[in-house]
Amino acid sequence: MSPAADVGAEVGTELPAQSFPVTRASLVRYAGASGDFNPIHWNERFALEVGLPNVIAHGMFTMAEAVRVVTDWLGDPGRLESYSVRFTRPVPVPDDDTGTVIEVTGKVTELLDEGRAKVMLTATHEGQKILGNAVAIVRLA
Amino acid sequence: MQQAHGAQGDPLTLNADLVGRTYPPTAPYVVGREKVREFASAIGDANPAYTDVAAAQALGYSDVIAPPTFAFVVSYAGTALAAADPDLGLDYSRVVHGEQRFAYTRPIVAGDALVAKATIEAIRAVAGNDILTTRVDLETEDGDPVVSTVTVIVARGTAEEDS
Repeated sequence: MSPAADVGAEVGTELPAQSFPVTRASLVRYAGASGDFNPIHWNERFALEVGLPNVIAHGMFTMAEAVRVVTDWLGDPGRLESYSVRFTRPVPVPDDDTGTVIEVTGKVTELLDEGRAKVMLTATHEGQKILGNAVAIVRLA
Repeated sequence: MQQAHGAQGDPLTLNADLVGRTYPPTAPYVVGREKVREFASAIGDANPAYTDVAAAQALGYSDVIAPPTFAFVVSYAGTALAAADPDLGLDYSRVVHGEQRFAYTRPIVAGDALVAKATIEAIRAVAGNDILTTRVDLETEDGDPVVSTVTVIVARGTAEEDS
């Protein structure tokens, strides 16, 4: 039982959608904070050499952004019981000041026992899905 | 190197004998409050539970809690033990992150000292790619579970082609 307010949910409840900007600066900051210095996330010359269209966002950066739709809805992030994704498509990030955007929506698809619910997330970049099977199990109270 | 076959019948270049291999616990990772704040800032997440001790305590935690995916940062040392195991034969330069799962007993809290215990769960070959699934359990030094993580990495194009 969390001191945070109970969250109302039924099957079909849509979580507030959010858009998350991603710039080269975001990736540099994420590299430093996470310790993942793979050059495909900050070195365009290297990324092109290994056949990528551009520098790409860390999959874990995308995963971190997507779940904010869930944790903002819950209030208490500790109500997240499990969270899983498949990384299905990279997010190229151009070398300019605006970068690009990740769009995330979420929907309750199942109510489970003990006041829990299953949330399916959809994350897209330029209209194409970037995560597969993005699922969060949460405690509503 | 031992040859085995994946579910799709592709020959494996990775050593399938390593499925089930466990690795010694890593040295404890001590979760710092400022590291948690830095991580939350880097992902742009303004939830006060990640930065404000009083806000986290109002939710019942002893200190700031880490954003959910911070667990990957702590688990990575365990995943790397498996991925870099010389008996495995993985070409790490060709690796991409295929899938990630977290199961939380509780959030990571600043002040936690967490050890990572890695186990190789599966080794497969699909469409010419080697796929390594590693589970890493993050526990306190007393052995209390905190987060269980599963990381699937894909080494592109290293499995031998079907003849």
